[in-house]
This record gives sequence, structure tokens and C-alpha cells, in this order.
Amino acid sequence: MLTNYIKIAWKVLLRHPFYTFITLFGISLTLTVLMVLTSFIDHLVGSHYPEYKRERCLYLMQVRLEDSAKTSASQSDMSYSFIKRHLLPLKTPEKVAVVSQWAWSNAYVGNKRIKVKSKFSDATFWEVSDFTFLEGKPYNNQHINNADPVAVISEAFRTDYFGLDVDAVGKTIEVDNAFYRVIGVVKSVPVTRIFTSAEVYLPYTLPKSNYRKGEYFGGFNAIILARNQSDFPAIKEEYAASIRRIKFPFQEGPWLKAFYIESEPLPYLDMFNRQLLVGGDSRVFYTIIGLVMLLFMLIPAINLVNLNVGRSMERASEIGVRKAFGAPVGTLLGQFVIENIFITAIGGLIALGLSTTILLLINQSGLILHSDLTINLTVLAISVLICLVFGILSGVIPAWRMAKLPISQALKA
Amino acid sequence: MISLNNIEKVYRTSSIETLALANINLHIKAGEFVSIMGPSGCGKSTLLNLMGLLDEPSRGTVEVGGQVVTQYRDKELARLRNQNIGFIFQSFHLINDLSVLDNVEIPLLYRKGDSTGPSRRKLAEEALERVGLSNRMKHFPNQLSGGQKQRVAIARAIVGRPSIILADEPTGNLDSAMGNEIMNILQGLNTDGATIVMVTHDETMAKKTHRLVRLFDGSMVGDSILMSNA
Repeated sequence: MLTNYIKIAWKVLLRHPFYTFITLFGISLTLTVLMVLTSFIDHLVGSHYPEYKRERCLYLMQVRLEDSAKTSASQSDMSYSFIKRHLLPLKTPEKVAVVSQWAWSNAYVGNKRIKVKSKFSDATFWEVSDFTFLEGKPYNNQHINNADPVAVISEAFRTDYFGLDVDAVGKTIEVDNAFYRVIGVVKSVPVTRIFTSAEVYLPYTLPKSNYRKGEYFGGFNAIILARNQSDFPAIKEEYAASIRRIKFPFQEGPWLKAFYIESEPLPYLDMFNRQLLVGGDSRVFYTIIGLVMLLFMLIPAINLVNLNVGRSMERASEIGVRKAFGAPVGTLLGQFVIENIFITAIGGLIALGLSTTILLLINQSGLILHSDLTINLTVLAISVLICLVFGILSGVIPAWRMAKLPISQALKA
Repeated sequence: MISLNNIEKVYRTSSIETLALANINLHIKAGEFVSIMGPSGCGKSTLLNLMGLLDEPSRGTVEVGGQVVTQYRDKELARLRNQNIGFIFQSFHLINDLSVLDNVEIPLLYRKGDSTGPSRRKLAEEALERVGLSNRMKHFPNQLSGGQKQRVAIARAIVGRPSIILADEPTGNLDSAMGNEIMNILQGLNTDGATIVMVTHDETMAKKTHRLVRLFDGSMVGDSILMSNA
């Protein structure tokens, strides 16, 4: 039966090439935009290089201190001292890594200035992430303890600084008037991965990191690697217990006398949602994205509905015959929806080709630095789902109208 | 086999009511070959549609195989049509996008149970052999003559081995030679046991059937036995 439907759908497509072109153009364009969007979201929130363990990680960027009336508050990244007191001693996580937000630095090659992002981290940072080392290795606890002036640099920076495919390990770089010995080169990280993206990685114990500064506020974040996701509540509770032991009030900076602290490590997406959607979690995020996608699909879908409804009388005779020979309304409805899904699937395949090309162009253009946008399995699965939703959305109404056509009327048409 | 009891059919639009059939009482026995004649617009096709469960009467009841089907739902009517009735239309109503074989298979697609792809194909081939078109199976309808198209339509009507065949002017679009050929096939099907009701304008064709029902302005004005089907 399915073959029969597909044959008809294919013939219907071939019957009017211009109409087919318009239909497929609309479907492909819509699905291309949605596939590129899906790929971009996946790029932002999925577990990708070098954050393959993101699903098992909790992130803590900032703490918030409030006054006695909770009317005045101050919020900032954490000091190393705070992390050392309340996060590094945690027993439940597998590992806790410390890493600073990136800072802009200047590197010089001869007279040429290269603007680079630098990050300070501990040695555990290399363990909670999965960097690809093209040369050398990461700094270890010995380097950290000795505050060795060593650096791990990105592939892109190596090219800028030393030239294409020139080995860098053992050589010296000058960044912000300080000299570092390169001990490792990693594959560059997309700029959108804020916890791991930088061109120069340095031990946090170097003086320029200011790691001794601040009791609560400073320039560091923490990545907490759990053994598995089910440990998240226990980790949060252990951390909460730790910060409950803080003795209030205390003075933080010249303006705030702190009476309360708000701080909770969260999964990657929840952490951003907490700030962007004022307390929203991942479900809110995905619901909003889903609604936006649905709305985006709705306009071309309605357009396609109009075209299909307008053409439905072309197939009146077929509908009449099928019904006369025993096709119930439900079966006919199914046939027309399947036909529409088939057409959408063709549009989807075209869109897949277009999306792949567009993503490749975005990656090559440097629009998003070092981006690795791709159609992976997740994106593909979501794209198939999108095609299915679009096919059903644009197919059901015309199918319903066609299937409900009275037989005698259909045969007369 | 089919009974129409006190049937009335009214077509309504927002401003006009048209009485298409009034006070029709007609009983078709199993194995009969009945022709229905009358001038254009007298309600012949409407009557055939009611017998074929393609339309609902405004009043009265329709019985098929002893069951009153007037209150049946779409799904039940569809099943009843699929298992018991085959249709032949004046304008063939073949699906041009499908091959002859695929067209003939259509009624079997909606048959529940043991209707698999190969078995459907075999039955469709047999039906096409029966109407002498086994050499045109892969052709498409627009590659066939009018007579061939009607033979495909007959093959489609008989592929599911229905007990009733309803033919709406099956020879209306054909020349007399082709018409006779189609009529011979229908007579052969009737000899094999099918009950056939045929709407026609052609007196010669009607005379080849067992019984002639005449309609005029939506009413039955004649019902005569032409030859015994015993």
C-alpha cells in the first residue's frame, strides 16, 4: 500500500514541475533554516570538543551576596580562595577544576601584535576536559606548585605566532610582556565554549592571575565533574552545606555588607537559563526553542496547505474511486499525509545538502571563531523530526478536506 | 441481494431543493442482471449511487444482503463496499498515475487480512486475463483505447470477487463494437454468478439483461422481466 502511495506522490510531483519547484523550494528553505538553527543550538549546548563530559559536569560561574534586606546584592565570578574553601574539598564529585574567565592579552611577533584570549587554570582542568594535543602535553601539579612560566597554546595561535605547521613545544612566547615556555599545543576550541576556549592557557599560580586576591569575588569559575548525573543532587547538597557554614555578616568590598549568599552549581544549559530566563530550567529553554521553530514552520506550512487545498479537486476522481472501492476516510487521510511526508522528506534531503554546505561555509568563514558546526546524529534525528512535524502540519488539513469529499461529488468532479 | 424501501432523495442547496428520487421500492435478487433506463436527469445514477452505498437516501432504507445499512458509519460502509460491490463508471475513473496492474489492485489494498503484495498482484493479473488485457498490465491508462480502459475498469470491479457489480453507463463512451464487447464480458460475469445492475441509455444493451427498470422524473415508471435468469 505504501508503494502505491509513494508512486502516486512521485507522479503528482512530476505532473506540474513548476508547482513542484515552488513547493520544494519553500519546504527546503524552511527546513534548511531550521536545520542550521538546530545545528547551532547543538553546537552551543551539546557535548562537543573539548567538553565531551559536559553531561556529567556541573558548572559554577558566580556567587551572589545580598544585604540584610535582600534589596542590595552583588554578583561576581569567584575568587580562587572561595573555590579552595568551598569547592575543592568536596568529596562527592570525581574532580573539581578551576579555570578563569578569558582575558584579552597581547602577544608580539616582531612588530606584529596578536590579540589573544588567555585563561588560567589548575591541572585538573585538563582532566575534566578532553583537549586534543597536537604537540606536547598539559601542565601538571608540579608546574602549578612551582608557578612555572609554561603555556599550552592553541593551534591557531601557534600558526599566528610561529607560522603554519611549525613545532612550538620548547619555544618561548611573549604575552603581555611576560615570557612563557610552550609545553603543549591543542586543537583550537570554538569561541562559543566559554569555559574552555582560549589561545593561551597558563597555570593559575602565575602572578598575573591574581589568584590570591579576594575572599569571595574574583575571576575564577569551577567545573565539577560528577561520576554520573545521579550524583548531582548530592554534590549540590554537599556544596550547600559547605556555604551554610559561612559566618555572616561580613564586608565584601567597600559597599556591601553581606548577610546572605546565593550560589548553586548547575548543569551547563541550566546555568545559562538561570541567568537569561530568570530562573528557568532547560525545559523552558527547549519549549521556547520548540515554539519558535513551530511558528517558523507555520507560515510556509500554511502556504503549502493553501496550495494543496487549491489543487485537491485535481485528484477528486482518484478520491472517489478509492472511497468507492472501500477506502475509509481514515485510510485516505493517512495516504495524503504520507504523500505529504514523502514530499517533505525530499525537501528535507535537499535541505540537508544545503545545510551541510551552509555550515561548512560558516565554519570556514571564521564568523564563529573555530566553530565546528555539523550535522551530527543528534542534529539529524531532530531534523528528521522537524521534517515529520512539517509534513504532518502541512498535510493534515488538505488531506482531511480531500478525504471527507462525498464520493458522488468526487466522481462527478 | 439489494432492497430499496420507500426511498426518497432530495438535494438541497441554500436556496433550492431538488427531488431526485421519490417513493422508490426496488428489490434486486441475487444473480439478476438488471438494467435501468430513463431520460437524462431522471435519477438513474442517483439510484445506482444509493445501491452502491456511495450516497445516503433522504428517506427510506437500503438493505444489502438482508442488512439495513442506512445507519452504518463510514468505516462499515467502506468495508461493505469493498467486500460486496464492484463499480464500473462511464468515464472509467482510472488513476492515470498508476499502471493498469496498480489500478486493478486498488480494491484489494483496502481489504483487511490476507491481502499481501504477491497475492494482490496474482488476483489483479487474473482479473486482467479475464477481460483479455494481460498484455497491457504495465501500460498506463492514457496509453489505452476507450474500450481497453473500460475493460481495465471491469477488471478493477471484479478483482475483489464482489457479489454485486454496479455499472453506470459502461458502454456510454464507446462505439457499438466496443460496447458489445463490454456487454459480453458483463454477461459472462453474470453467468458466473455476479448480480449486475447497469444504468444505460441504450435500448439494445438493456434488452440483453434480465430485467428492465424505467425511471422518469425520479419515479419508477416500469419494471419488466425481459428474460429469466434461472
